[in-house]
Amino acid sequence: MDFEKLFAPKSMAIFGVSLNNDRHPANVIYNKNHLRYPARVYAVNPRGGVLQRERVFERISDIPEKVDLAVIAVRAEQVPGVVSACIDSGVATGVVISGGFAESGGKDLQDQVVSVAKEADFPFIGPNCLGVYSPSYVDTFFIPMERMVLPDSGKVAMVSQSGGVLVDQMIKFSGEGMGMSLAVSIGNKALIKELDLLHYLSQDPKTKVIAFYVEGFGKNEGREFVLSASQCPKPVVVLKAGKSPEGSKAVSSHTSSLAGDYETFSAILAQHGVVEAKNEFELVSFCESLSCYNNAIEGRVGIITGSGGHGALAVDVCSGHQLPVPLLSERIQAEIREELSQSLKGIVSVANPIDLTGSAVDDDFVAAVSSLSRVPEVDIIMVLLLPYLPGISSDLGARLSGIYKREGKPLVAYVPHVEKYRMLIEGFELNGIPVSQSIEGAVHMAMAMKRCQPC
Amino acid sequence: MLKKQLQQILVASKKQGWVMEPEAKRLLSRAGMNVPRFQWTTRVEEALRFSAETGYPVVAKIVSSEIVHKSDVGGVVSGIKDDEGLKSAFSRLSRLPGFSGVLVEEMLEGVELILGGKMDHQFGPVILLGIGGTGVEIYKDTALRMAPLQESDVASMVGSLKAHRLLEGYRGSKPVDLEDLTRMMLAFSDLMMGLEGLVESIDLNPVLCSPERCVVADARIMLWQEEG
Repeated sequence: MDFEKLFAPKSMAIFGVSLNNDRHPANVIYNKNHLRYPARVYAVNPRGGVLQRERVFERISDIPEKVDLAVIAVRAEQVPGVVSACIDSGVATGVVISGGFAESGGKDLQDQVVSVAKEADFPFIGPNCLGVYSPSYVDTFFIPMERMVLPDSGKVAMVSQSGGVLVDQMIKFSGEGMGMSLAVSIGNKALIKELDLLHYLSQDPKTKVIAFYVEGFGKNEGREFVLSASQCPKPVVVLKAGKSPEGSKAVSSHTSSLAGDYETFSAILAQHGVVEAKNEFELVSFCESLSCYNNAIEGRVGIITGSGGHGALAVDVCSGHQLPVPLLSERIQAEIREELSQSLKGIVSVANPIDLTGSAVDDDFVAAVSSLSRVPEVDIIMVLLLPYLPGISSDLGARLSGIYKREGKPLVAYVPHVEKYRMLIEGFELNGIPVSQSIEGAVHMAMAMKRCQPC
Repeated sequence: MLKKQLQQILVASKKQGWVMEPEAKRLLSRAGMNVPRFQWTTRVEEALRFSAETGYPVVAKIVSSEIVHKSDVGGVVSGIKDDEGLKSAFSRLSRLPGFSGVLVEEMLEGVELILGGKMDHQFGPVILLGIGGTGVEIYKDTALRMAPLQESDVASMVGSLKAHRLLEGYRGSKPVDLEDLTRMMLAFSDLMMGLEGLVESIDLNPVLCSPERCVVADARIMLWQEEG
């Protein structure tokens, strides 16, 4: 399948634009692509006319160039005709926004569209979807621009069966300062499915982490998906909906009763090194962490903090997720202590967590992170940074990031996310170090790296 | 060859939708899994002769196309010590509905495990290992993997059970024969891979694992029902 024309079209045709309702989904899509993206955009409506001083084309065949992408937002029963017309005019790919197919009893109509498209080798996303957001190329979401929170161009791609969940995750990614390489709402996934996009994204140089929101797979589709994901050189993260058992289906064997749909799904993801996020917050932390690091670790955490309480809370969360926080040997403790400010030497605790106390200054954090980077008993460093401590400056994020660049030991940070600490946070994030706004989130970042390998 | 045998059994068992224990065990034995020595008979004399050869104690179980869960109806009598015990068990079992004979087996000991297989709609053949016996759905101590299993899968399944120490030698007991368990699980995984469209699920429960070997003490094969 030629995904290039789908995700970076040079020309687009929007089917279903209204001449008198500017809030129609097709009009919203027409407007945003016309105004903000590089593709040449053509409006199509059998009645013709003029929209915003531009010609509305009556037929796809009237458009004076070959169209890369058709966005179809007409009534369901008109979709087969539009798809056929697109194929006849040599349109390369499509996104079918319209609902009214398999999700609401229109399975036959959907099958009809699929068989026409398959025969003509016309790949399309949907139906019943928002379609594609490909930063700086195309946006087929029928949400007005001023209502969207668009992540910058970045390393995470997300494919979702639900458009709503996808938009929501985009807001969360954006809030964490994470960029996206691609977001695709696949809706009923009649033709293009998770597996097709997994294959594409595993080769896509812009994408470093591939995230999926999955409600369910078709027959044996899950098997093909995990087998491909286990061969994929990039981390694959999955958020699965439908975790509660479905009703009281009569089950006559113990195995069927014990191996419920979700238990099976979850176990098989782990078996194949696919990282399962249990909820939307884990999904964000996992993607942020894995977009910075994609090497698997054992999960032994070294914690550096300026507050004993933060250290204790972090240890609790780590132990709840089976991440060991190993006690450091006397020799290592002495070495770490040796590097700290004279005034701290008598009051710090360096057993792990390393509590530098509220009197610590930037240089103490730099010294502690540097020392811990060389301790083989620890394979990830978690810095719990409290920017309100008087000895901490905004430069610390960038300085600590430099240690990772030099030593190569993964580092994750917790910093409260408020505007006045932004420069500290960006000092980390712009240098490739993930930062969470909660202690739990920072622990999830470590967990992602542990999970990202076959169990 | 296995598939052909199963198809024959399938035709014979289609009405009730599952395979009766003696036939299931024959099949598992052919597929390379240990089963106890057994005798399936409607005649008490034959049961007595088998027990004399094997040696007491023995287990007697109902064979009936109407009874899927045997212990729920008192259809399993274990620890039979002598001829008298066997005769009385035989006469009680013969009064249960759908009586098609009694299965007399050598009595085995070991840790009770469940080895299960199911055809999952999304993932195809799936293998389950867990702490077995009649309490399996109370303990719910299980590990699941997609078939075909690799040897490393078996090790990680055993290791992920909460009760894994029971298998590795706990409080002075010897560890069970994990090599034999691995062999059985790999054979079972192969079997499941060949049964798509024929079988819906299989319970081998209990599988009795001792330091000497692992044996399928009971087996239930539920046949594939056409969808819709």
